[in-house]
Amino acid sequence: MMHTMRNLIILAGAGLLVACGGQDAVPTADEAPDVVDRDGSRTGVGRDGVQEGEEFGDDTDLSDVDEDLLDERIIHFDFDSDAIRAEFEPVIAAHARYLADNPDASARLEGHTDERGSREYNIGLGERRAQAVRRSLLLQGASAGQISTVSYGEERPQVFESNESAWAENRRTEIVYPQ
Amino acid sequence: MRLKLLILGLLLAGAARAELRIEITEGVAEAVPIAIVPFGWDGAGEAPVDVAGVVTADLERSGRFAPMSQDDMLERPTSGSDIDFEDWRLLGTDVVVVGKLLPEADETFTIQFQLFDVFRGEQLLGYRLPSTRAALRASAHKVSDMIFEKLTGIPGAFSTRIAYVSVEGEGPDRRFKLIVADADGENPSTIADSPESILSPAWSPDGRQLAYVSFEGDASSIYVQTLRTGDRQRLSAHAGVNGAPAFSPDGRSLAMTLSDPDGNLDIWVMNLASRELRRLTDSDAIDTEAAWTPDGDSLVFTSDRSGGPQIYRVSARGGRAERLTFEGNYNARPRVSPTAENELAVVHIDRGNYRIAIVDVARNTLQVLTEGRLDESPSFAPNGSTIIYATQDGGQGVLATVSVDGQVQQRIVSEEGEVREPVWSPFPPG
Repeated sequence: MMHTMRNLIILAGAGLLVACGGQDAVPTADEAPDVVDRDGSRTGVGRDGVQEGEEFGDDTDLSDVDEDLLDERIIHFDFDSDAIRAEFEPVIAAHARYLADNPDASARLEGHTDERGSREYNIGLGERRAQAVRRSLLLQGASAGQISTVSYGEERPQVFESNESAWAENRRTEIVYPQ
Repeated sequence: MRLKLLILGLLLAGAARAELRIEITEGVAEAVPIAIVPFGWDGAGEAPVDVAGVVTADLERSGRFAPMSQDDMLERPTSGSDIDFEDWRLLGTDVVVVGKLLPEADETFTIQFQLFDVFRGEQLLGYRLPSTRAALRASAHKVSDMIFEKLTGIPGAFSTRIAYVSVEGEGPDRRFKLIVADADGENPSTIADSPESILSPAWSPDGRQLAYVSFEGDASSIYVQTLRTGDRQRLSAHAGVNGAPAFSPDGRSLAMTLSDPDGNLDIWVMNLASRELRRLTDSDAIDTEAAWTPDGDSLVFTSDRSGGPQIYRVSARGGRAERLTFEGNYNARPRVSPTAENELAVVHIDRGNYRIAIVDVARNTLQVLTEGRLDESPSFAPNGSTIIYATQDGGQGVLATVSVDGQVQQRIVSEEGEVREPVWSPFPPG
């Protein structure tokens, strides 16, 4: 079931790329880096039997980065928090740019929590997570009329399991572009 | 000392198949031995209801009584004059119940029963209860209520009902049902059925309506549905959050949680006659999960205005809210005891686990009642003696009850799918 959900999300992402005329951004197996830091450069890992690698330059151009980031639709949150983690700022920036560049586009932000705690309080936390992403999008050029929010609290988990990693997956805001 | 009892509830297969099965997981050591003798029946065919069976199951479920097996009974008297008290004393029972189901004209019946103190040989209670055929099972629960009240001094809650949400299927194929059943899990009926979440059911004070939140159409709305007719009205569907409905004790108002355009949740009160809304709280925090005190003068609610969620109280006329909980960093979803206004049931984080706790507001004490990892949604029985709540068993949502002293615990197992968000009905009118 978890795989089914993931596949659905990946398919939805592919749909958007086609819709906005982007090129195929899915990396092939030999392009996919295993260790990459944020500016796209590769670093080696010093460990017995593993040689030191060497750095090389950023070989991605900005439009590719945008497409990759636009393909990311899920912003994850820490426990009981609506703070945007640094790793998701570029993702939100890419969506803000897309919305600013496409005034006819609109996005629906769906806030979610993990399963723990009381349901209605979690509706409040989910709303806060949706609003945190909304504020960030507005600050970066999207306009209020383009964005709607809804909170599902703990009602729509992405992963139907009861453990730390499932909870981390489920604490999220999903950015949804209605077709 | 606690006595571990593991008794499989016996829910008879009948016209309405029960979805829930009740297991007593922990009972009191001092459970009173009682003998409920099979009721006499001299009508045609089989008796239309096993009164003694219903009463036995009810009293056993309360955890306060240890009913004798019918196989151990030496004789089966059906009226007081036939009881040989010496025999029952030898069997070690304190109390004996005898009775008859009598057929009357036009498909009606009389349930006649007597309750005896075995040691004194004294009648404690004798009663004749008329009943229609359709109400026989409900009438048997009323017999349980009367026996329970006579022996414990607490009104029985066996004639009440519970509402809960069941979830069938998995992932995108899930279906949500709002179900109303007798307090023993019998006679379940689905009153709402949706592919989207249903949550936060709340009884009207007369037990005739349920308010609930539905996400049909991908956004939250608050509905009020009349059980008898199935008629329902959408009371709130603002953009954003519409949640946590709670009827006032006089039935004239509905408290609810609404969000403003910036996503801030506050508590509002709707006049049900005029549909006018009045704001009750105004903070930058999440204010939600309102519950009225039984006198209707104030409401308690969850707010994280101090950081984490804690319980606050505000006058029903509005004004400044007062913080009520101080122990621990998570206290949410308060419900006020119907019999002890200073006592709240809450969801409390206890060493990393979400558990049901009782907060005594006057003494500022908190007692954890449950032992689960993800316990939530506490709801008091109308006699204040028991709390029903949602917990997990083997990764599946199940219901459970716990007595307010923590002594008697039961698990209510669903036959199909996950169940959650139980709410106990008020006493039936009359």
